[in-house]
Amino acid sequence: MATYNLTTPLSSEDTKMLKAGDTVFLSGTIYTARDAAHKRLVELIEKGEELPFDLEGSVIYFVGPTPPKPGDPIGSAGPTTSYRMDSYSPTMLKHGSKGMIGKGKRNQAVKDACVDYDGIYFGATGGAGALLGKQIKSAEVIAYPELGPEAVRKLEVEKFPVTVINDTYGNDLYQMGREQYEVKD
Amino acid sequence: MREIEYSEVVKAVKDMIMYSGTDLPQDTYDALKQAMEEEKSPVSKEVIRQILENADIAKDEKRPLCQDTGLAVFFVKVGDEVKIKGGLLKDAINEGTEQGYTEGYLRASTCEPFSRANLKDTVGYNLPAIIHFDLVAGDKIDIEYAAKGGGSENVSRAKVFPPAAGKEGIIEYVKEVISDAGGNPCPPITVGVGIGGTFEKAVISSKHALFRDIGSVNADPEMAELEEAILNEVNKLGIGAMGMGGTKTALAVHIESNPCHIASLPVSVNVQCHSSRHTHITL
Repeated sequence: MATYNLTTPLSSEDTKMLKAGDTVFLSGTIYTARDAAHKRLVELIEKGEELPFDLEGSVIYFVGPTPPKPGDPIGSAGPTTSYRMDSYSPTMLKHGSKGMIGKGKRNQAVKDACVDYDGIYFGATGGAGALLGKQIKSAEVIAYPELGPEAVRKLEVEKFPVTVINDTYGNDLYQMGREQYEVKD
Repeated sequence: MREIEYSEVVKAVKDMIMYSGTDLPQDTYDALKQAMEEEKSPVSKEVIRQILENADIAKDEKRPLCQDTGLAVFFVKVGDEVKIKGGLLKDAINEGTEQGYTEGYLRASTCEPFSRANLKDTVGYNLPAIIHFDLVAGDKIDIEYAAKGGGSENVSRAKVFPPAAGKEGIIEYVKEVISDAGGNPCPPITVGVGIGGTFEKAVISSKHALFRDIGSVNADPEMAELEEAILNEVNKLGIGAMGMGGTKTALAVHIESNPCHIASLPVSVNVQCHSSRHTHITL
């Protein structure tokens, strides 16, 4: 299992190099979206309308941060459970997005879309919101401010630590890891 | 009759909430440290190391441990020789909750079930709190608090078994719930198991079981043995920290058992994430 430093936007060359279990330190711009924002983004894609940011090579972070303390760009910002985005992620990947950051299992459609469109599902450590929040250097709400914690934010991150869960070859770290350590009687 | 000022309760609740948001309790921290040492998977070991580093940062810089700062859940024992001066105890707890979540820069996570509208500007910031009252003898008020996140709550389940299911049936059921949950509830988890009573009594008992300190021993030796047996089985699942594969899926199993109807064996499984934020005060 290798360690990489990558800067967004990600290319197919970047994502094809990664394997489930690799550690990646991400730098550059990433975008936040949870269920409510995904619903709106996918509606725009389906209508052929312009999105609030360029999907090509983008990495989407599933997060609803705490309010920032005075002087901080953002509060605590760890990943939320990803399966709630399963129905939207294949469309995002099909239209150019290359990465997702969340926690927990994805369905087969998302895993297949990672293979078909060179996408990566990264896991960040759930509940490490203070640590992860510190790697976010700036945050700006760029769409849907009325959604509060669920608004779309443009984040600048520096060496944001993630692990490859689903790679472009159909591997799944959750399955692999569990099979390795499961004790069968 | 002893009197406690309403404002004293508000302040005590606010302090509990702000403290719990940023300071992982010692029992949880120690259990995670031990789990990191014992974990066989290098990936899971690294995840637990990050969880502990996160706890250190949160404590030192007074940042929320997790962006999911939970719904506020309380178990309150009210003595029969004490009264609140200047208002209702329930209102004081809700007011303290709102102040704690606001002043601590914690997240407002309550919403209307269908429109999903956040209730912060209508009902109140992260209100209403979930409060379970009990009446006891004495002139004290005992307040237990935990922040309960959504990811771990979403995998929790309850079922009423026929009595013949017995301990074997309970062990299998808990295994099934935790196996299906995988990494979603943010393992290494604490598993609360409520046994017996009626349907709702089992559920509330499974919640209250999560308020017990990790590492404490069940006073009932039979239940202590069952806790050990379930923990052993759960850790054979191989889920590991954040589901990445490993030997430490759960830090502890806590059981609360109650007498039940001759026809039933209610069982409830309530899961708490690795960030088991709980605290306790007596007024």
